[in-house]
Amino acid sequence: MTISVSPPGDGRSTQAAAGVVAPGTDESQTALTSLQEAVQNFGISIEDYLLPVHGQIQILAEDGTMLPEEKRGSSPGHQYPVPADEELLEAYRRLVVGRRVNDQNSALVRQGRLAVYPSSHGQEACQVAAALCLGSQDWMFPTYRDAVAVMTRGVDPVEVMTIFRGDWHGGYDPHAHHVGIQSTPLTTQLLHAVGVAHAAKLRGEDTVVLAMCGDGATSEGDFHEALNFAAVFRLPVVFFVQNNQYAISVPLAHQTAAPSLAHKAVGYGMAGERVDGNDLVALLAVLDRAVTLARSGSGPLLVEANTYRMQAHTNADDATRYRNQAEVEAWAAKDPLNRMRHYLRAAGQLTDDVEADFADDAEQVAQRLREGLSADPDIEPQDLFRYVFTEPTPQLREQAAFLADELARDAEGASAAGASSTATADTREER
Amino acid sequence: MSTVAEAAAARAAATAGPEAVTFAKALTAAMADAMRADPGVVVFGEDVATLGGVFRITDGLQKEFGEQRCFDTPLAESGIVGMALGMAMNGLRPVIEMQFDAFAYPAFEQIASHVAKMHNRTRGRITLPLVIRVPYAGGIGGVEHHCDSSEAYYAHTPGLKVFTPSTVADAYLLLREAIASEDPVVFLEPKKLYWSKESVDLDALREAFEGASPDSATGVREEGRAAVVRPGTDATIIAYGPAVPPALAAAEAAATEGRSVEVVDVRTIVPFDDETICASVRKTGRAVVVAEAQGFASVASEIVARVQERCFHSLAAPVRRVTGFDIPYPAPKFEHWYLPGVDRILDALDELQWED
Repeated sequence: MTISVSPPGDGRSTQAAAGVVAPGTDESQTALTSLQEAVQNFGISIEDYLLPVHGQIQILAEDGTMLPEEKRGSSPGHQYPVPADEELLEAYRRLVVGRRVNDQNSALVRQGRLAVYPSSHGQEACQVAAALCLGSQDWMFPTYRDAVAVMTRGVDPVEVMTIFRGDWHGGYDPHAHHVGIQSTPLTTQLLHAVGVAHAAKLRGEDTVVLAMCGDGATSEGDFHEALNFAAVFRLPVVFFVQNNQYAISVPLAHQTAAPSLAHKAVGYGMAGERVDGNDLVALLAVLDRAVTLARSGSGPLLVEANTYRMQAHTNADDATRYRNQAEVEAWAAKDPLNRMRHYLRAAGQLTDDVEADFADDAEQVAQRLREGLSADPDIEPQDLFRYVFTEPTPQLREQAAFLADELARDAEGASAAGASSTATADTREER
Repeated sequence: MSTVAEAAAARAAATAGPEAVTFAKALTAAMADAMRADPGVVVFGEDVATLGGVFRITDGLQKEFGEQRCFDTPLAESGIVGMALGMAMNGLRPVIEMQFDAFAYPAFEQIASHVAKMHNRTRGRITLPLVIRVPYAGGIGGVEHHCDSSEAYYAHTPGLKVFTPSTVADAYLLLREAIASEDPVVFLEPKKLYWSKESVDLDALREAFEGASPDSATGVREEGRAAVVRPGTDATIIAYGPAVPPALAAAEAAATEGRSVEVVDVRTIVPFDDETICASVRKTGRAVVVAEAQGFASVASEIVARVQERCFHSLAAPVRRVTGFDIPYPAPKFEHWYLPGVDRILDALDELQWED
């Protein structure tokens, strides 16, 4: 079986171009035709290719100094060049904005402007890297906790927050930025990601799909089915697991007996890698390699980011019931922002002026969120029926008319009551 | 001439054709024709490629259209449906097979939470032209988990269309329509009818389908249109899928007793054709609903409720149901007691207060 790779398309092809292309057409010179080929390129055994490194890939120490190469956890075939400082500076800007978004949204929940917000506070490096590793033709399939990743990909912040404000189940057009709707059921979106990748492959499009989930999701059946399907059909999917140590209250030890989540890849015949999820430099390096390999035809890969959910599951959760403060403080010391800031300051990239600019950028996004979410949304009752099918069935038309009539009668009743109370007031005045 | 009348005429002309065709072959032809007409149509599932499906409904599709467009998947129903959803999001029209009714249940979360809701969740920005074919119902002496009538689960889930043909011509036409639909369709195939034959001219049906001028707004040709499959004046039997042949046989038997019974085939449970069904009941004043599924909280219950709400003043008797009992689908040696048969339907007709 061969993989046909053609130049990036324009995203949404027309219906006429939507068909399955003949296999083997427009074969790229660089396309890998087998897992073996990917392995051969690295000059290591298939086991060494599939298995994650011992420990994890880490490039920045917790104090923000760059680790010497021999201490980064890499091994032959698992080497990760450090991205350029300019790239890191831009990534840091996104990190600052992401943290501000998380804190602003949590504040909006406390003010009653949002119904709920599952914050990725502490996981912002994962959020930013997930968005930055993809090209515009690629797709991202996020979870409910990945709002910052979705915004970093370019989706309007207020549209992202619609789901949490409660005026619809999703607020943005998935096709506009190639971002699936944030999934609330666990893990189901991984299969949608696999399907998008499969269609892209059959249509000869150059598309890599980043399929995101958390540690708890790896216990779901759809996790197994998605990884297996992606591997069997050798699809360009990068599974990105943010292991934040807890599924609401249940710690990782109760989810799995595997040595790491990255090890799960091996059973499917795909390569797994484990990375420090609070080290944006390492995340960018690891995800860039994974996306590049997937794009060249290696088949799917699994990346586990070792991180921590610094806050409760949502505002409705009480994290003190299941974890202690010492553990939280230990992770606070690994904060992804501090680390990048110290590194970029020491590298001379991050001056006071640049920091002030970044803070301004973050404040502008926060302001956009405050203003956009302070306005009461304009909701239309007939929308209840409008999108169930592409065209409402006769039964839905009947129910829409019923609701319209009920609302009209309510309005008439209200205006009649208003008129009579006005009349009473007038009478009183006459008296 | 209206589209409905045109379609009916085309159907009549087509069914007068020369060749005896099985229900199964008509389904295969519908998929093959759809694949020829649209390069985005892909067919996949368990055993559908090399084997041609355990019922051979996809027989020959991989040979004609290649491994890219008709392929076997790993044995995982949620995976099949979830992957199909993503493919439908990204420009293809997947037609997938669940091997048996009860084996579709592992996919239920994908179907109920995502396939059914994605269009609504995204305010219409994602459409899912996706067909989930499910061989369903009993009457074949199948073992447990191979004979469920699962239509109520799907019909109860907003966002899914539910089609179930009972004739060879409808097997072709409704499957073509399902594949052409912009909405997801659960396509329920009564497996005991797979080997039934009718004289049908498939070429004429293809031309009827491809030449029919659909409603300009909706593209609809067949969906939401019940069919009066036997005209009558004294009572109406409303049935669908595997229950239509016994309903017709009961109407035939009733005729020998001097009762003219009209039979309406629902064809598409969602969207539902209140108009045709209620017009028939208002005309005859009596109705029996026949379905193979368990009766409690069923599609048959819904039909009775709709008819009584809409036709109460035309009714000479309460609307009766003849359905399966409220038990798990029985073992093969018991199923003849379970399935709604001609005698049970005739008994129900007899109870429609003819003396009044």
